[in-house]
Amino acid sequence: MIVAKRKPFDEIKQLLKGYKKVLNVGCGTCVAVCLAGGEKEVSVLNAELDMARKIEDNPIEISGITIERQCDREYLEALDAKVGEYEALLSMACGAGIQFLAERYPTIPVLPAVDTTFIGVNQAVGWYEERCRSCSSCVLGQTGGICPVTMCAKGLYNGPCGGTNKGNCEIDASQPCAWYMIYERLKGQNRLECILEITPANDWQNQTPRTVIQPGYSKPETAGK
Amino acid sequence: MKAGSNLEKILKAGHFAFTGELGPPRGTGVEEVKHKASFLKGMVDSVNITDNQTAVVRMASWAASLIVIQEGLEPNYQMVCRDRNRLAMQSDILGAYTLGIRNMLCLSGDHQKFGDHPQAKGVFDIDSMQLIAMVKKMRDEGKFQGGTDVEHPPKIFIGAAANPFADPFEWRVHRLAKKVAAGVDFIQTQCIYNMEKFRNFMKMANDMGLTEKVYILAGVTPMKSIGMARYMKAKVPGMDVPDEIIKRLQGVDKTKVADEGIKMACEQIEEFKEMKGVAGVHLMAIEWEHKVPEIAERAKVLPRPVVD
Repeated sequence: MIVAKRKPFDEIKQLLKGYKKVLNVGCGTCVAVCLAGGEKEVSVLNAELDMARKIEDNPIEISGITIERQCDREYLEALDAKVGEYEALLSMACGAGIQFLAERYPTIPVLPAVDTTFIGVNQAVGWYEERCRSCSSCVLGQTGGICPVTMCAKGLYNGPCGGTNKGNCEIDASQPCAWYMIYERLKGQNRLECILEITPANDWQNQTPRTVIQPGYSKPETAGK
Repeated sequence: MKAGSNLEKILKAGHFAFTGELGPPRGTGVEEVKHKASFLKGMVDSVNITDNQTAVVRMASWAASLIVIQEGLEPNYQMVCRDRNRLAMQSDILGAYTLGIRNMLCLSGDHQKFGDHPQAKGVFDIDSMQLIAMVKKMRDEGKFQGGTDVEHPPKIFIGAAANPFADPFEWRVHRLAKKVAAGVDFIQTQCIYNMEKFRNFMKMANDMGLTEKVYILAGVTPMKSIGMARYMKAKVPGMDVPDEIIKRLQGVDKTKVADEGIKMACEQIEEFKEMKGVAGVHLMAIEWEHKVPEIAERAKVLPRPVVD
């Protein structure tokens, strides 16, 4: 899932400085699961903003709504009738959701309340770790299911570098070395031949905005309308 | 001859090579480079010019390389993958070769987190293995990495590093094999203190036939003090400093510690001269360039051979 964390409160307050009537839009998917921008986080943030602005003698009228997914037109539709009443929208969705919201309502300022952080896993409630950089050219089949692009601090395709420190990364003794893990796992599977060959220079595919159209589908003429 | 550098000639002629290292200044102090170079002239076959080592901004490696050429030394131009993408690397290689640089050392580079700009975006567009392959392709095929032709290809003697001591030990020789397959001509190793482990590494390299395909220069850094030995043991990732090294330094009079460090380095060099598959020594006398003449003398590697 996509993992986000709430922006520092003062930064959110600063973004909302000039607005008196705001709708905070939560998202019920990834950011809800990682406890950053779901229904509960929307109401907590709204309560904090309400109180802070009252103390400053500059009250804000802030409402909240959480839709299933802000990255999906089907769910955004529910907001069409409401947004006109507000000076600005605050979004607690990931960067994709925030942009999709802004794209749908181009005359209304849309402001982020979270920092989108990574594609990761849920280690335990409240504890998430990055696993994927969405590079568009997955090598997990050769690297024992451990991503060198994400998990190696240098993103090396032919590691480990000389800084491997007792199985940990040179940058931090608490960070396991990705290539040490790759080696250990492939050795355990008798598949070390997977990394005996040189991986050539990568064909980076994440340098321009990407579009995916699945086989059997096409971009409708009404796209984006 | 692949590049015709002095280092290549020395190695090809079968001489025991002796290379040094010089760190460019953290500013524009050309005199500092010349001063350091003055101690190395005539003492080494080639001098590594480090590239923003430990991720700290310094004078460009190619620029300091040109200064040492003017001073009568042959540079070994280091290039790390941290600071440049493949376009910048290739254009720097063209420029470096055009202005007289003939040796290169291809490195991944220390992570930017260690340096004076920890906020920087690390590039790592390609890694050291891919950099070796890129320089080789430019030299031998006359092609850029992207496949287009290079006009007047640069003839570079290609070097890389190997760390026989970092984990996993049993994989290190395979990584060396990958560098050989990528096209490396010579290797300079990480500083060696654990001789037993290095002997094992060399045995594996010999058994795999790698030492017939690549010149291996054993890395030596004399210990200046007990503090340095302790620091290297505890704080430098991938460094293997056995306790007996520290004990030996502790066993001599306080005023004799540095001398003992040099003595130990010279003993290592004597063993490397006899070790199968070792083609020379790379002396990394960190901020100790003025000691290089004494070390070279005591290691009995002078005078340096001249090969036409």
